[in-house]
Amino acid sequence: MSKMSDFMGWVDHRIPLTATFEKHMSKYYAPKNFNFWYFFGVFAFLMLANQILTGVWLTMSFTPTAEEAFASVEYIMRDVEMGWLIRYMHSTGASFFFIVIYMHMFRGLMYGSYQKPRELIWIFGMAIYLMLMAEAFMGYVLPWGQMSYWGAQVIISLFSAIPIVGDDLVTWIKGDFLISGITLNRFFALHVIALPLVIVALVFLHIVALHEVGSNNPDGVDIKKYKDEEGRPLDGVPFHPYYTVHDLVGIVVFLFVFCFVIFFWPEGNGYFLEHANFEEANGLKTPAHIAPVWYFGAYYTILRVVPDKLFGVILMGAAIAILFVLPWLDRSPVKSWRYKGWISRINLVVFALFFVLLTWLGTQPATGIYAKLGMVGTVVYFGWFITLPFISAKEKTKPVPERVTG
Amino acid sequence: MKTLIALVFAILPALSLAAGGGVHLDEMKVDLEDNASLQRGAKYFANYCMGCHSTKFARYNRVARDLGIPEDMMAENLIFGESKIGSLMKIAMRPEDSKKWFGATPPDLTLVARVRGADWIYTYLRSFHQDDSRPYGVNNTVFKDVGMPHVLEGLQGMQVKGCALVVVGFDPLTGQDIKEDSCAKTDHDGNQIEVLYLEEEGSLNVKAYDKVVADLTNFLVYMAEPMALERQRLGFWVLLFLALLFVPVYYLNREFWREIH
Repeated sequence: MSKMSDFMGWVDHRIPLTATFEKHMSKYYAPKNFNFWYFFGVFAFLMLANQILTGVWLTMSFTPTAEEAFASVEYIMRDVEMGWLIRYMHSTGASFFFIVIYMHMFRGLMYGSYQKPRELIWIFGMAIYLMLMAEAFMGYVLPWGQMSYWGAQVIISLFSAIPIVGDDLVTWIKGDFLISGITLNRFFALHVIALPLVIVALVFLHIVALHEVGSNNPDGVDIKKYKDEEGRPLDGVPFHPYYTVHDLVGIVVFLFVFCFVIFFWPEGNGYFLEHANFEEANGLKTPAHIAPVWYFGAYYTILRVVPDKLFGVILMGAAIAILFVLPWLDRSPVKSWRYKGWISRINLVVFALFFVLLTWLGTQPATGIYAKLGMVGTVVYFGWFITLPFISAKEKTKPVPERVTG
Repeated sequence: MKTLIALVFAILPALSLAAGGGVHLDEMKVDLEDNASLQRGAKYFANYCMGCHSTKFARYNRVARDLGIPEDMMAENLIFGESKIGSLMKIAMRPEDSKKWFGATPPDLTLVARVRGADWIYTYLRSFHQDDSRPYGVNNTVFKDVGMPHVLEGLQGMQVKGCALVVVGFDPLTGQDIKEDSCAKTDHDGNQIEVLYLEEEGSLNVKAYDKVVADLTNFLVYMAEPMALERQRLGFWVLLFLALLFVPVYYLNREFWREIH
């Protein structure tokens, strides 16, 4: 025996290192027909790592006080060695995280990855998404620009719509009667410690649940049905090395796009870094147009379509909550949209297009035609979920092949 | 559903037009490689702006280094008061005082180019006009009722807002510009279109004044993101590295997947 295998034997007697690697990598069989859409899971993982690492380095130079926060960000941008790069990686990373997550979710919708037996994977994923929204919201407050301040003002004040306890709740969240350094400081604590811990734990559960039942695929067929004499799925390949080298190609292409934005387009036309946020927070000067960052746009539009605050908040909450029960709304006998009827397919495309429209509308003033489009979009959004059980149960599906189609 | 999609696509172009709006801004070509322009901009900024406006997130020596100004020259000509070469570019004017004098504290300008954009600054500094109803006798078409006096009046002169002949075309037969009274036309709301014209000349002609403002704007764009050029230079190498890395990674993947059918 070589020195190396001696050492591994020593370790394996004490902790199941080899067994774990085999279970989750070298003997984890993934369907061999993954396509483009299956890159986004690993991209999301990459973005999580990016946010944590750059976040740690930002924390080293950031000062979470109302007096110093804005200046410390500019200190990072100007005086800290490569500070601008770390900051742009973090700010661009936030937007890319959401782009990637939205693509990842759309993949799930297309191929029915939330259907039995993967309901828990979907629910953990939705919990990650929800926590990610909280994380991004609090992170956006930290640079203490005008949009940080007034965005927080708008979002936190939503809680005041809750009857009886609303106003007290808002004061409790802010820790003050208005948004102040106290609010900033607690958001900092939540943003750098509490929420990242929760997100990492949820990602762990997301992957444990995935590896328990195995990955779905674009055909939505179960690869465990046909195995060779050694019990290996005929349509599966070991995740390592096949998908590690495969994902590497995707990662390099993704990084190319990501780095292009970081180095040549960090403001993203005011969508990734809003222009108004380069002005320091001023509680006495309300900006003419308060818009959330783009990734909250869809829900912000849904919130604004109702003139009544409480009902608006309920509707917005419902828009997010309804995603959690999706596995029980889809009653189709097939998973992948490849074998669903054409109504399902068209509906999903329309739903996705309207989600993009709602997102964009959220960054625009809600007047005139925008307000009307917001209403149409909201109806389409909820309409998709409400009609799904009926359409998916009634519609004629195509026969699903026994094996994956390549 | 289908008609809805069609409707959305039909409306989108109109929406993007509607979203623009606001005051017309003249376009200004930013050139961060033009060191001479940036140096002139820094000089104008120190002489005309820094009495009231700080750039308190930037340091003198960084500006000197980036713009190729020797530190002793910087210290002698551009630093006022007790500041040292490594200091942040703060000003002595107290915010409480300036609020009393101007109605609002003059904002810090370190990041103004990222908040407003270059075109806005360029147009704003060329849009002061006489308005006797205002405390300092001037108003601004880009920033209505701004508290700022026309600091560059000595250079530009004083503009007046009203009806004037404006060039609307060129007549190739006579070789002369075609001019038209601006007030002959009306805008969407039926108001006559008033324009700014120079009534009192300053020490510079229009072209030279525009150049001064362009230099100042250029400097403020640099000021807002001093590492912009370094960012792009580094970005080129990073993208080149990734492009090269793609080749072995692509073939590695192909090699492994060759046996999978």
